[in-house]
Amino acid sequence: MAEKTKKANPIWAWHKKVLEQNSIMLTGGVLVVVSIGGLVEIAPLFYLDETIEEVEGVRPYSPLALMGRDIYIREGCYTCHSQMVRPLRDEVERYGHYSLAAESMYDRPFQWGSKRTGPDLARVGGKYSDEWHRDHMRDPRSVVPESIMPPYAFLETTPLEVEVVEGRMRALTRLGTPYDELGRLENAVSDVYTQLDPFAADYDGFLERYPGAPVRDFDGNPDMVSELDALIAYLQILGTMVDFSTYEAEADENLR
Amino acid sequence: MADEDKREVDAYSGVDTTGHEWDGIKELDNPLPRWWLWIFYASIAWAVVYMVFMPAVPAPPGFDGHTRGLRDHSERANVAQAMNDLQAQRGPLFDRLQQAADTGGIEAIENDPELLNFALAAGESAFGDNCSTCHGRGAQGAIGYPNLNDDVWLWGGSFEAIRQTLHVGIRWEDNPDTRFSQMPAYGRDGILSREEISAVADHVMALADMIEPTEAGNTTGREIFELQCSACHGVNGLGDQTQGAPNLTDRVWLYGSDEAQIENTIWRGPYGVMPAWEDRLGEETITALAAYVYLLGGGERSAFSEAALDGAHQASEAGR
Amino acid sequence: MSAAAASNKTGFDASAMVVAGLLGLGALWSLISAAAGADAAIRVHAWVIGAGFLAGLFMMARIYGDGGLDNDKTQYNENVIKAGVIASMFWGVAGLLVGVIIAFQLAFPALLSFDAFPQLNFGRLRPVHTSAVIFAFGGNVLIATSFYVVQRTCRTRIAGGIWPWFVFWGYQLFIVVAATGYLLGITQGKEYAEPEWYADLWLTLVWVAYLLVFLATLMRRKEPHLYVANWFYLAFIVTIAMLHVVNNLAMPASLFGARSYSAFAGVQDALTQWWYGHNAVGFFLTAGFLAIMYYFIPKRAERPVYSYRLSIIHFWALIFIYIWAGPHHLHYTALPEWAQTLGMTFSIMLWMPSWGGMINGLMTLSGAWDRLRTDPVIRMLVVSVAFYGMSTFEGPVMSVRAVNSLSHYTDWTIGHVHSGALGWVGFISFGAIYCLVPWLWKRAGMYSKALIEWHFWIATIGILLYITSMWVSGIMQGLMWRAYNSLGFLEYSFVQTVEAMHPYYIIRGLGGVLYLTGALLMVWNVYKTIKGDVREKDEAVKPQSAAIQQPAE
Ligand code: HEC
Ligand code: HEC
Ligand code: HEC
Ligand code: HEM
Ligand code: HEM
Ligand SMILES: [Ca+2]
Ligand SMILES: [Ca+2]
Ligand SMILES: [Cu+2]
Repeated sequence: MAEKTKKANPIWAWHKKVLEQNSIMLTGGVLVVVSIGGLVEIAPLFYLDETIEEVEGVRPYSPLALMGRDIYIREGCYTCHSQMVRPLRDEVERYGHYSLAAESMYDRPFQWGSKRTGPDLARVGGKYSDEWHRDHMRDPRSVVPESIMPPYAFLETTPLEVEVVEGRMRALTRLGTPYDELGRLENAVSDVYTQLDPFAADYDGFLERYPGAPVRDFDGNPDMVSELDALIAYLQILGTMVDFSTYEAEADENLR
Repeated sequence: MADEDKREVDAYSGVDTTGHEWDGIKELDNPLPRWWLWIFYASIAWAVVYMVFMPAVPAPPGFDGHTRGLRDHSERANVAQAMNDLQAQRGPLFDRLQQAADTGGIEAIENDPELLNFALAAGESAFGDNCSTCHGRGAQGAIGYPNLNDDVWLWGGSFEAIRQTLHVGIRWEDNPDTRFSQMPAYGRDGILSREEISAVADHVMALADMIEPTEAGNTTGREIFELQCSACHGVNGLGDQTQGAPNLTDRVWLYGSDEAQIENTIWRGPYGVMPAWEDRLGEETITALAAYVYLLGGGERSAFSEAALDGAHQASEAGR
Repeated sequence: MSAAAASNKTGFDASAMVVAGLLGLGALWSLISAAAGADAAIRVHAWVIGAGFLAGLFMMARIYGDGGLDNDKTQYNENVIKAGVIASMFWGVAGLLVGVIIAFQLAFPALLSFDAFPQLNFGRLRPVHTSAVIFAFGGNVLIATSFYVVQRTCRTRIAGGIWPWFVFWGYQLFIVVAATGYLLGITQGKEYAEPEWYADLWLTLVWVAYLLVFLATLMRRKEPHLYVANWFYLAFIVTIAMLHVVNNLAMPASLFGARSYSAFAGVQDALTQWWYGHNAVGFFLTAGFLAIMYYFIPKRAERPVYSYRLSIIHFWALIFIYIWAGPHHLHYTALPEWAQTLGMTFSIMLWMPSWGGMINGLMTLSGAWDRLRTDPVIRMLVVSVAFYGMSTFEGPVMSVRAVNSLSHYTDWTIGHVHSGALGWVGFISFGAIYCLVPWLWKRAGMYSKALIEWHFWIATIGILLYITSMWVSGIMQGLMWRAYNSLGFLEYSFVQTVEAMHPYYIIRGLGGVLYLTGALLMVWNVYKTIKGDVREKDEAVKPQSAAIQQPAE
């Protein structure tokens, strides 16, 4: 049965002699072989200009929203919620405009998710009132009886760890998020308080640093800066940054 | 080769071994299964063809772009196309709906079975993903979120009033035209004491015929009500739809009907918020939704007398 | 211990000094972080970590106070493998239990979420489950079997003195740090790479040590050739090192704080993550477990491996092609379409290389098919390979964009995962454990063969309940999301789809209970075996001496 011709094939012999007898060669061979795919696929995303669309409006998260995002990650919301409206008819109709790469350009890590046990949240900003989010986070089944989402009642009673925000923004700055512009870093901590108070002295300065950010007390309890304040501030900004009126979906570079 | 010597023939299969042995394990020198190899080749060939037709190969460093493929495929273009097709399918009816709504109001929609059917379908679909989370799957409402089936309306139950509500939202500060009013937080802001609130709550509940009038309610309560509350809710507590101030006598309670809940409402000053939908859902869908909400539950609808409808109509017009 | 054995002790050698140094540094870092860490989370977590390092130092003090580790060059080191087998079973049960819990949390959310214990919310427990089954259970099985297989097929004692033990305990510490971190809300939020930067750093150390131990053992082998199982182990170790380091590149907010941010953002981060995530499947759950298959099936069946040439071709094809397939996790996302095309086409090309392993596994049984009837362990191994074949067929199908537009984000993915995880990874691991326990503890067989039969059947029914319910619910969910009525409107709201999942979530949970029950039977069986309560000799168990065999010539 064994064909003599195949046995003479020098590839088998070489494999036998070199790769199977020299563990360093084998290790090197493996390394080379497993490096290629990643290099060809990932590296271009860094140098191809077309990878990220040109849009207006995307800016770094405000300090409060950034803290909210950290809570979102901490609680593992991404295990149930995606933030990626796919360019499919039903999704565009259900959730809104499909997500752009540009919209997650400041997301470290990205939050596109891999499972939709709950609905997509990419465009949930502005869809509900803060009060609804409060009710919903406290007890999802009180507003949506069919919901299987866990309750997060403790968020509104847990004070937000405000002082860590500056260090986090510094880390992000080192990675390239432009927090070092417009005085964002300098006002990191005070901006948390400013965003929670429409009558704050620095209201205008804050909106210059974070255009379009909602400014109000989010958790319904003005006496406390709670984790829920941060989380709702984050949820309310999701999907609202891009100005789609200036976005040309049909432009060649945006079709990709 | 040294191990050629150690080759042996496996008794069961009659195939040579390779001559090696590791901890008792040997290998047969079987060739690659034909079918396996051919399917492998075929998958490679298919992959190459697919890559020729679809966007596939990125430009090397220093260049931009990627191979577009012979089909010049783009899912973003496809979905735009799919949405256009959808629009083309639904567009004519949406146009008719819009027109009927603008010229003949809800009656024009009701009188055209095709339109009616269409509006209800569109409304129901949009309601499920956008409204039912607050108002409930059957629009039955919940604490703080009004029931939309009944004939009790905060801001007016005419088709136009509902349409307007959906457009601009309620206390939705991002929308400059939003329906707005604000009841003071009588307790939290120290306007009334606990006793006073309790008294006025007594009065309110008596107005609604839920309790026998109490001593405190009839004196302090009535006094405060006339002074503080009647501006919005009316002297008899019948409410005022131009300000979204509920009728307090109808025993339909947005924030709950027991004494503690009513006191709490007065204490904190309710501030129900509904988002504005004009940016998210667009004119056409809102029209359909308004029709859907208006027509919810035939039984409730019969409660609308033409006169009441007219009244609500005028009230909402007057409010602008 | 006899005097001869005492002379075989290592003493406090240079390696031990380095390890002690590492532990000391770790303990110091923990102390500082516990006292003055940058955030509240680390100030709690550091106590756990510090306790781990101190326990390590304490353990070392005891061992080296007693002359050091055994180092008898004429014997295989089986102790570290025994430890690995026990750890595997411990983490296996823990991971499955958490799986059952989260499965029922989705079925009965009101009953199983606890306001007072945010630590036990679904979102925090889910990564505990995935990490526990993949990294804690799977990882320990891989480490234990690789240490066993590399010694036997190289006919040499494992290299490195204390280092194999460092790998073992270092890995356990990593697991504990990761899992307690998730409960405390410490996570990077990248699937399967959730541990924060300091845990990642520690794992890097452990993994490099693992690679070096493995390589050094290969290099001192007494066989001229490297057995195919070792190629797969090596590819698994090397590639996981690469994936782990790149995907976890991150900037900590403070060197004494828990939070870090991914070095990549948005679309680049997404592809890096799924390059990692997909190849965690490819190299951890596939290449590594194929290595197990390549040793345990021929060994247990006492048949030669079916085709040497197939093993070469499918090995290289598999590891080359796998790397490219990551973008199939990002179909229809904002990832540029050209990358999606590559992900899809390479996934299709991956089908046959994957099946090469299945063919080699199944065909090795030719001449021993009757053993399927008599030996439940062989049956487990073979069914495992069959599930491998099934999920590596399903995978390429799901990689087709049109299919993925339906399956993505639904329970179909979950069904696919678990046909691979429960069927392939779980069963091959159980099979290997059932082989190893009598071999290592020198028993004539397992305590009860009947219990193995029970384990097999209960778990098989469990898998079937799990994956069929998820297929139905996944496909249903996908179809409901995109269903349009005749007038052109979405037919179902999202919550209606959530509601529709309910019965399937219950069935899945029951499947999980069965699967867990099977594993508990195994634990009991192993416990009794180790204790020595073996009733009868099992013909299928051939004793394996710990003495290193000298070459035949
Ligand atoms: C066990 C899965 C699960 C987890 C974990 C989870 N959710 Fe949900 N979520 C759901 C489900 C199911 C729904 C749909 C039903 C509902 O509205 O409650 C939902 C709905 C939502 C909605 C409403 C979306 C919409 O458009 O209607 C928001 C906002 C939300 N979740 C936020 C969060 C946040 C923030 C977290 C983490 C702190 C989280 N969820 C964790 C399952 C989950
Ligand atoms: C974030 C929660 C929320 C969502 C989502 C929501 N609503 Fe409302 N809606 C409310 C609240 C709260 C009120 C009552 C406001 C008040 O107290 O005056 C209200 C009031 C209304 C009213 C006025 C009722 C009256 O008595 O005048 C209508 C009509 C209505 N909603 C319809 C809808 C429709 C249709 C949708 C979906 C497009 C929707 N709502 C979505 C919260 C919501
Ligand atoms: C400035 C106008 C205004 C004044 C003054 C006012 N209210 Fe109101 N009241 C409202 C509005 C508007 C609402 C509905 C708020 C909402 O929908 O969230 C309301 C709601 C209520 C409710 C809740 C009804 C329900 O269905 O649950 C009660 C009870 C109530 N008011 C009592 C009072 C009493 C008692 C006073 C005086 C002490 C008072 N209100 C003064 C405007 C007013
Ligand atoms: C008792 C057996 C098990 C049960 C009941 C179980 C249950 C679950 C549940 C409920 C989920 C979450 C699904 C969701 O979010 O919808 C999950 C996810 C997961 N499980 Fe299991 N599991 C079990 C065993 C295993 C095993 C043995 C493995 C691996 C070896 C495994 C690997 C995974 C993975 C990788 C995921 C994440 C899937 C994804 O994100 O797509 N599970 N499991
Ligand atoms: C040829 C081999 C395989 C291919 C091409 C493949 C392909 C896929 C695809 C297309 C998905 C769905 C991605 C998505 O839509 O989100 C997926 C998910 C997954 N597969 Fe496979 N698969 C293969 C084999 C396996 C095996 C053998 C296992 C496990 C033992 C496995 C484990 C997983 C896991 C854990 C996920 C979930 C990832 C996540 O979203 O969290 N796969 N695979
Ligand atoms: Ca996942
Ligand atoms: Ca990590
Ligand atoms: Cu994959």
